[in-house]
This record gives sequence, structure tokens and C-alpha cells, in this order.
Amino acid sequence: MSVTDVADQEAGQRTRTERIVNDFAIQVATVNGSGSQTANLVLLRSIFQMGVPVGGKNMFPSNIAGLPTWYTIRASHKGYIGRKKEVDFLVAMNAETAKEDVLSLAPGAVALYDEPLKLNELRKDVIFYPVPFDKLMQPITHDAKLRRLVRNMVYDGVLSKLLSIDMGQMEKALRKQLGKKQKAIDLNMSALKAGYDYAEANLPKQDPFVIEPMNKTQGMILIEGNAAAAIGCMMAGVTFVGWYPITPSSSLCESLIDYLKKYRKDPETGKNTYAVIQAEDELAALGMVLGAGWVGARSMTSSAGPGISLMSEFTGLGYYAEIPAVIFDVQRCGPSTGLPTRTGQQDILSTAILSHGDTKHPLLLPSSVTECYTMAMDAFDISEQMQTPVFVMSDLDLGMNTWMAQPFEYPTKPIKRGKMLDAETLKRVGEFARYRDVDGDGIPYRTVPGDGMPAYFTRGSGHNEKAQYSERAEDYSKNLDRLARKFETARTLVPKPDVELQAKGKVGIIAYGTTHWAIVESRDQLSHEAQLTTSYLRLKAYPFTPEVFEFIDKCDRVYVVEQNRDSQMLSLLRMECNPTQIAKLRSIPHYAGLPIDGRSVTTELLRQERA
Amino acid sequence: MSTPTQPAPGKKVNRIGLEPVVYRGSKTTLCAGCGHNAITERIIDAFFEMGVDPTSVVKLSGIGCSSKSPAYFLSQSHGFNSVHGRMPSVATGAVVSNRKMIAIGISGDGDTGAIGIGQFVHLMRRNLPIIYIIEDNGCYGLTKGQFSPTADLGSTLKTGVINDLPPIDTCTLAIELGASFVARSFSGDPKQLKAILKAALSHRGTCMIDVLSPCVTFNDHDGSTKSYSYAKDHEEPLADMNFVPFFEDINIDYDPGTTTSVTLHNGSKILLNKLAEDYNPTDKHRALALLRETASRNEFATGLLYVEPDKQDFIDLLGLVDEPLASLDPSKVRPGKAALDEIMDSFR
Repeated sequence: MSVTDVADQEAGQRTRTERIVNDFAIQVATVNGSGSQTANLVLLRSIFQMGVPVGGKNMFPSNIAGLPTWYTIRASHKGYIGRKKEVDFLVAMNAETAKEDVLSLAPGAVALYDEPLKLNELRKDVIFYPVPFDKLMQPITHDAKLRRLVRNMVYDGVLSKLLSIDMGQMEKALRKQLGKKQKAIDLNMSALKAGYDYAEANLPKQDPFVIEPMNKTQGMILIEGNAAAAIGCMMAGVTFVGWYPITPSSSLCESLIDYLKKYRKDPETGKNTYAVIQAEDELAALGMVLGAGWVGARSMTSSAGPGISLMSEFTGLGYYAEIPAVIFDVQRCGPSTGLPTRTGQQDILSTAILSHGDTKHPLLLPSSVTECYTMAMDAFDISEQMQTPVFVMSDLDLGMNTWMAQPFEYPTKPIKRGKMLDAETLKRVGEFARYRDVDGDGIPYRTVPGDGMPAYFTRGSGHNEKAQYSERAEDYSKNLDRLARKFETARTLVPKPDVELQAKGKVGIIAYGTTHWAIVESRDQLSHEAQLTTSYLRLKAYPFTPEVFEFIDKCDRVYVVEQNRDSQMLSLLRMECNPTQIAKLRSIPHYAGLPIDGRSVTTELLRQERA
Repeated sequence: MSTPTQPAPGKKVNRIGLEPVVYRGSKTTLCAGCGHNAITERIIDAFFEMGVDPTSVVKLSGIGCSSKSPAYFLSQSHGFNSVHGRMPSVATGAVVSNRKMIAIGISGDGDTGAIGIGQFVHLMRRNLPIIYIIEDNGCYGLTKGQFSPTADLGSTLKTGVINDLPPIDTCTLAIELGASFVARSFSGDPKQLKAILKAALSHRGTCMIDVLSPCVTFNDHDGSTKSYSYAKDHEEPLADMNFVPFFEDINIDYDPGTTTSVTLHNGSKILLNKLAEDYNPTDKHRALALLRETASRNEFATGLLYVEPDKQDFIDLLGLVDEPLASLDPSKVRPGKAALDEIMDSFR
């Protein structure tokens, strides 16, 4: 079938005059291990360089090569960077999923496909662009392996032509992506041009989607949350890292290692002002971190659900023996191994009370790459101020996907080390008792080996305020009460929520983490499409601060939107709300492995409003 | 430095002016006659005689009877009774973050050989500077006498239950995996144990010392191969061991034909007077063979089994600054604004 035939077939599906500028989602379906990541990032970066807000999301399998992968790039002049539910422009490169990918498109969508797949026979309400990839690659290189890797650049070239993405920006992005590898740049450029030329000669524009230059990304950066968190950890003055590889958290410590190697050598001796140990498992990773924190290091680890479960016992020790530690949980889908490469917010409840006995831990809830950076620093300070493990609850979507942000600001506040006993304090308090509440905030003073201050014996068994072994009822409950009081103090140290109260809005929304981006979009949809004005509170931490309860009081009903099945944050709220507040709470859960999207929130919220 | 008291005239003090009492801890709560208490006494003696500053020591343990004992010595040192089987990881974080500290870890045969075997083998691989003592009684004392993985095949519980699995030899494992100082001793052999401990205090790297330490309450009966009488009958000392610390400026004449000398990292010397056979503790293959041979004769060889005095330790491997990581000035751990600007540029 010729290209003209396709064009004739599809004409009339959409009026030709309609143009959709900077507001659509491109999805590239490939096989993992095929080198598509370069092509996808070049595409993302080109649009970004044209000043158009973008978000890139990789939906990849837990596998090294040969399974389906989808990469979605969303361009949004309004600045929506959450996932868009509908795919507008499909690039179908994977024979295995192509049919299903095309069948799931909405009418009027576009499919660019590898010509031999003959996808145009599947539907009549989709615009098709066939591209003979293999044929176009033939003159570029004879090396079969290179051909396979560079092949994907051809669709970038085709898209450049079809969507009016500046080829100059494509080349710039390619150079950024490949660095100084000139041979690779030349090869990729040939493929890029082959695609462009083919489209110019053979693919008359039939779809309405266009990228036009804007000025909304000037000065901004594109970064993954894990890299942002790593930068934050380094700036927080981390001195000890114990870790164990796990998806989707590994790149956090791997980025950190790279930065530490570069920026944390003593200028005089060239020696390391940090230690990183890849542990034998997650239990050992947290054990090392606690050992390091106990002697006074700024110590951290990073993991995901299965690793966090393994860290449960040590977390309880950290809580009870009162040892600072920073733990990143880059959440993925559970339970058990679950979907290791898919995102979720499913560890909230289990992490808030991780370990046996009465335990509770501060959680910080970053929703952006910027907060991955700032909350890393907050976490180190709070864990030392509180002398307890602090969790930073990121997720795969935030940690591994590419996000726009303003460049991070250099920290202006000094590093906080919390209550370290010194000679002056010792004189003031008279006698050192490791677990005595001297200041009434539940937080005792600590000493560390080698600081010249009195020693104490740290233990996970029952102890009195002098850290001596004790099974006395009074010692035990007094200590537990003090720990509860200390947790109350945490409410004054954790970041406060962002609150947007609408005077007439009786409907409130509470969300946190990456769910935020769906809420931003959904609130606009609710307002424009259903004339429903909503108030919004974005949580940044657990324990909850008073603002949270005030917000609930001011609303008639509050939708808690989160990416798990069991309304985990809502459950934590219920534990602290009064009966009137509890009665107002409603749940909008999302658990598909895919990042939550605004449309799904809007639909479900309106359904519940009208029920 | 500890300067608790001006020693009274005529009182016994060590080379840094401290009395033995400074090296003691709280009163033991273990059973009377427990081998672990004898080990505690030898630790106190060794640290006192070597003139170790208690404030430069961290003592760590896992869970079990053995792991209670760090409370019974060196009350001026920071101690950490952690979780079951996982002291090696805690010790690793602590030692790496404060390289100036001398670390002593006390574990048991269950704490090391069962729940903690994973962390144990990785500790040995890293050659972390630490004295790691297994107080080995072949059973779980604190839970009333179940078998542990070092119990010998065919040995019995008090109740008559027979152990039908072969034991794990922690010394063989330690040598195989890279520990640079491996010894075995017996709580009933105070002279040898003290010499080993003093030598360990002069070594830089992992000192793994398995000390047979009978459990008088649950594993001291006739069917046990970890009882006092069985240990006395089957102990096979490799040599008569003497230790000469670097600070004792004395010349010792010894006959190279009957004595092997090993010089440690800090210049201290171990002198091994030949007993049954000519044993050289720097020969790894010989050490492993010897452990197999003695085990096949139902004997257990004691003494310094293996030492590699100059092996690189984990701290050197990590290329750390000389100052403890834990006390680095904030100016050394937070890079300047230029660094952040450079990083931000890389993401534009």
C-alpha cells in the first residue's frame, strides 16, 4: 500500500485546519536493550530546548533485553508534567506489542510504525505513517549491531519533520547526550537525517500535532529524582553510605558515588572525606549505617520495598537506641517482588511504623526533583536533631524519570548536628544520662566514641535513662512515653504542607509525592469542566503538622488521593483525626503500576461527588 | 585519655598510668563458672597490660549470652549491644566512620554461625580492623540449650537429643575468606588466651578468635564435645605462645630451631615455642590443612593459626582521610557553591 493510499483513507477523520500545539503525548514502544533511550532523551531534550514544558516517563520491564518498553513524552504549554492518560502520537517499533498499542489508541490519534508491521490494516480512525526503518538504515552502516542501536534515531528524524521540532535542537540534544563520542554522533546524525528526509519526501502532514517554540523552560534543568537526591545528600555532608543494589533505587547511590568521587576528596591529601560500602544485603546496609550514625557520621542508605522490609529489625533498633540514619525508599509496586520497574506509593503505612513493638518514624514526602534535593538535606538534619531513622519516600516515577526544574539553590542554612553533649552542656546538666529528657522535648543529649565525653552502653534491650539494662516497668514505660514525646517534637521539625484554601471550596484534596502532578491538572479540569473549585493540601511529611487537621476542619469533605490500594496515608490520618474529621475523609486510590494521571482523578472525584 | 584517679602510691598501674579497675565493667549476670566470664577476665588483663586507652575503644556485640559480656569490661568505653547476628555490619559502619577507634566485637557460636553467618563471612572478606571473638559453647544458652552450628556431629543435648549435622569451622572460614589474624583458644587456658588477645591488639586487620567457652548450665555433660573435661582432653596447643609488646624494650634470646617469631604491624613480636610439630602461622595452606587434620582426630588445635601481618586492611582500601569521618568539619563535607553550579550546568 502506498503512502498516498493511507492519506486518502484517513482523510476526513479530523478537520485539517485544527492544530494542536504543544499539548500532546508521544509514546514510543520499543524492545528494551534496543538503544531507544538515547533517541527518546534526544526527543525529550529537543522539545525542552524549544522552551516547551515536557515530562518524560519510562515504562520498562524488569529485564535487561528483549521485553517491551514504552517511553512517553508529554509536551504541555500549560506546564502539566504528570502522566497524560491518552496517547496522542504512537511510535510503534515493537512488533510484539504493536497491535495492542494501536488498538488502544483513541480515535484521531497517530501511529508512526515500522512499515513491515502493516498496522494500517488494523483501524480506520487512526492516522498512520509507515516508515521503512530497515531500508533507511541500509546505507548508514553495515554493522548489524550498530544498525540496531542507531535505528531508533530514524524516528526522531521523522518526528522532527512531522512535529516541526527544530533539527538544530535535535543535533544539540544528541551532542549533549553522547558527549564527545564523535563517531557515535556522526552515525546518529545520519540516521536522524535519513528519517527527516524520508518524512519530507514521503509523509505529507495529516495530523494536527505541532511543537512551536515557547519560553517556558529558560534556565531550567532536566534531571532524574535519584540524581537530585544524590546531590542533596552530598550537600548535606553525608560521610557514610551503606547500600545494596535494588531497582529503582540503585541509581541514587550510583550517582552519589560519582559525585563524591569528584567533589569530596580532601584538597590537600586527595583522600576521601566519605566512605561508600556496597553491603552484602539490605540488613547489613542499614546495620552499617546505624554503626556509622552511632559514632557520629552523617550516614544514609537507599533502597526500595523489599529492602525496606529487610531493614525492619534494624529500623526498630535505630528508633529505640536513638541513632540517626537517613533511608531513601524509592518506592515500586509490591507486594513481594511485585512489579520492580513500576511506580507506586505503597510503602507509606508499613514504613511509618516499620519494625516490631511500638515504633514510628518521620517520613519526608518529596513530590519533585527539587524536593528530592532539599529534603535529602532536611532528612540528615532532622535525623540528627531527632536522633532517629528518617525516611525519604520517593518513588520510581520521581527517582528514575526525567523532570524539569529550576537549578537547585545552594544551601544557606548550616548543617544541624542536633544535641551533641559538650563540656559546657555537661556542666549545665550536671550529669550525663543518655536517655534523660533534659529539655522537655523528649530529645536527650548524646555522646559519640572519641569525643572526650562520658561513654554509655547502647542497647536494643530495655534500658533506663542512664542506658543501663532495665526490665523495670517504670523505666520501660517512662522511656516509651519520652519517645512518644520526641515524636511530637518531630511535628515542629518536619516540612509543613503546602495549603491552597479556596473560600468557597468545600471540597478538599490531600495528596503527596508524585500524585501532586495529577492533582494540579485535575483541579484545573474540575474547575473548567465541572465548575468545581477545590482546596488542596500537599503533604510533605509524616508526622502530620497542625495545618493538616485545620485543613480538614475547614472542608466539608476531603479526598485523599494516593498511589496504593489500601488508602495508606488516609489510614495514618485516621489514627490521628477526631471522629468529625474521620467522617470527612474519602479515598481515591490508584494502583496500576503506571503513574497516576489527572484525568483518572477527575473522573473518580466527580463520580464520588455525584454518587 | 582516661585520667580517673591519681594512682595511690604502690598501686599497680599500666604504661598509661591506669589501674586495672578502670578496665573492669559492671558485674556479670552470667552463670557462675561460665567460660565467658573467664574470657572477660582475659580481655581486661590484655587491655590493661597493653596500656590501651579505654576511651579509644568501642565494644560491640550481637545477641545471646556471649553478647552480654561487653557490659562486663571497659566501662569507660562506648558499647553497643546490637541485634542478633548483625554486629559485623554495625561494627563496620562504626570503625569506618571513626578509624581511630579500637574495636572489639563479642559474638557467640549461634550469633556468628547461624543467624549471623552472612555478615560474618563478609566481615572476614573485608579485613576490617577489629578483634572479633566468638565465645563458642556449641549451644544457645539464653534460650536454654538448643544446638548451634558449631556443635559437633554426634554430640548430645542434656535431653539426649543427638546432633546430626556437621559443624561449621569458623576458623577455616575466616582463613579462607581473608581474615588476617585467626586464632583458636580455650577459656580454660588463660595464658594462651591472654597472649593471643595481646597479639591481636597489635595487629591491624580482622582478628578472628574462636574461644571454646563451655556452657556450664546446658552443655557441660558427658555427651557434649564442648564441655570442660572434653575440651581439656582434646585441646591440642600448636605452640607455647609468648607475646612481646613493642613497648617492652627487652631483648629475648630464643633458639630459632625451636621457636618461630612473627613480627606484627606495630613492632610487637609473637614467639611460638615448638611443641608437637613445627608450625608456621604465616602459611595459609598449612593452617587450613592443620585444621582438617586435627578435626579428623577429634582434636582441636589452639593457638595462633594464621597471621598475615602486612595485609591491607579495609580502612586503607577505602582511601579515607586520616581524621575520623564522624568528626570532619562541615567545611570539609559540604562542597562549595562552584561545585553545585558545575553540577547544575551539566543538566542544562
